[in-house]
Amino acid sequence: MDDAVIAVALVLVAACATVAVATRDPARQALVLSVLGVVLAVLFTVLQAPDVGLSQLAVGSALTPLLLLLTVRKVRRRGQREESGR
Amino acid sequence: MSPRTRLWLVAVGGAGVAALLVAACLGLPAFGGDHHPYGDRAVEASLAHRTANTIASVNFDQRAFDTLGELTILFAAVLGCVALLRQTRDEHRARPEPAEVAPPVRRYALLVLPVALLTGLYVIAHGQLSPGGGFQGGVAAATALHLLYLGADYRALERVRPVGLYEVGDGVAVCAYLVTGIAALLGGAAFLANTLLPHGTFNTLSSGGTVPLLNAAVGMEVACAVVVLLARFLDQAVEIEEESGT
Repeated sequence: MDDAVIAVALVLVAACATVAVATRDPARQALVLSVLGVVLAVLFTVLQAPDVGLSQLAVGSALTPLLLLLTVRKVRRRGQREESGR
Repeated sequence: MSPRTRLWLVAVGGAGVAALLVAACLGLPAFGGDHHPYGDRAVEASLAHRTANTIASVNFDQRAFDTLGELTILFAAVLGCVALLRQTRDEHRARPEPAEVAPPVRRYALLVLPVALLTGLYVIAHGQLSPGGGFQGGVAAATALHLLYLGADYRALERVRPVGLYEVGDGVAVCAYLVTGIAALLGGAAFLANTLLPHGTFNTLSSGGTVPLLNAAVGMEVACAVVVLLARFLDQAVEIEEESGT
């Protein structure tokens, strides 16, 4: 039973990670990363490491995507200004 | 060096690393076994100091010096971020317009904000008892604060978040960690040794000697660091604009 749960979590992580790599748009990628963070947290919890799972949940699924989205916004704003300025 | 030689060099180096990794993996104990020599010793040491959460005992007692290094890395990273993302001479600040927020988003954000903040503080406070601790709780509490940006707007967030104060808090928390370590040194033990305070009753909030103190210092440091970090990123994303013509 335990092995089945671990296998499912591992497959989910692999699938999410592949989607994250295959996504080209950074804004969408941030969202996929956030899902990947949640799935990784599930995997860590299943492997009896709730401490690491909590860290992963806080950093991987909230903080990193947020920083990425803010960076994307800054870069896009700059692009818009340059386009309208020309 | 020709591209061909370079490729060969990479291939040889990569093959060496791969061989070493495979050899190391073959030497590992089997997955999910019952025999954990390090785990057993860590649990024993944490029980001896009446710390219910062994992970907290490893982080803030058995390997507190290690955590000091991690704390310093985060502090230096935030310091570098603040230096890099400062407002330069050819940039100016434009006050962001108050933004329209969809009512469901506003309701959700304002409802979840206190719950998330409380959860973060709870996780920090119970770091020595249950999974979690200063790092996890600090990140949760700091990101919870930014729900105000979703639910209201940037100005509302700025009002509850004086960045200068959080920068001071970041430094003070790192100092608190250091001072606790030096206090142990003054008490005649090793740096950061858990000998200063009585270890208390097992599984109560005040148990574990200096573990709750160091845990709280880390919680404050991480929360302040994340707030400062996000503030710099938000400044760049929302407020700071380059001068036209540059």
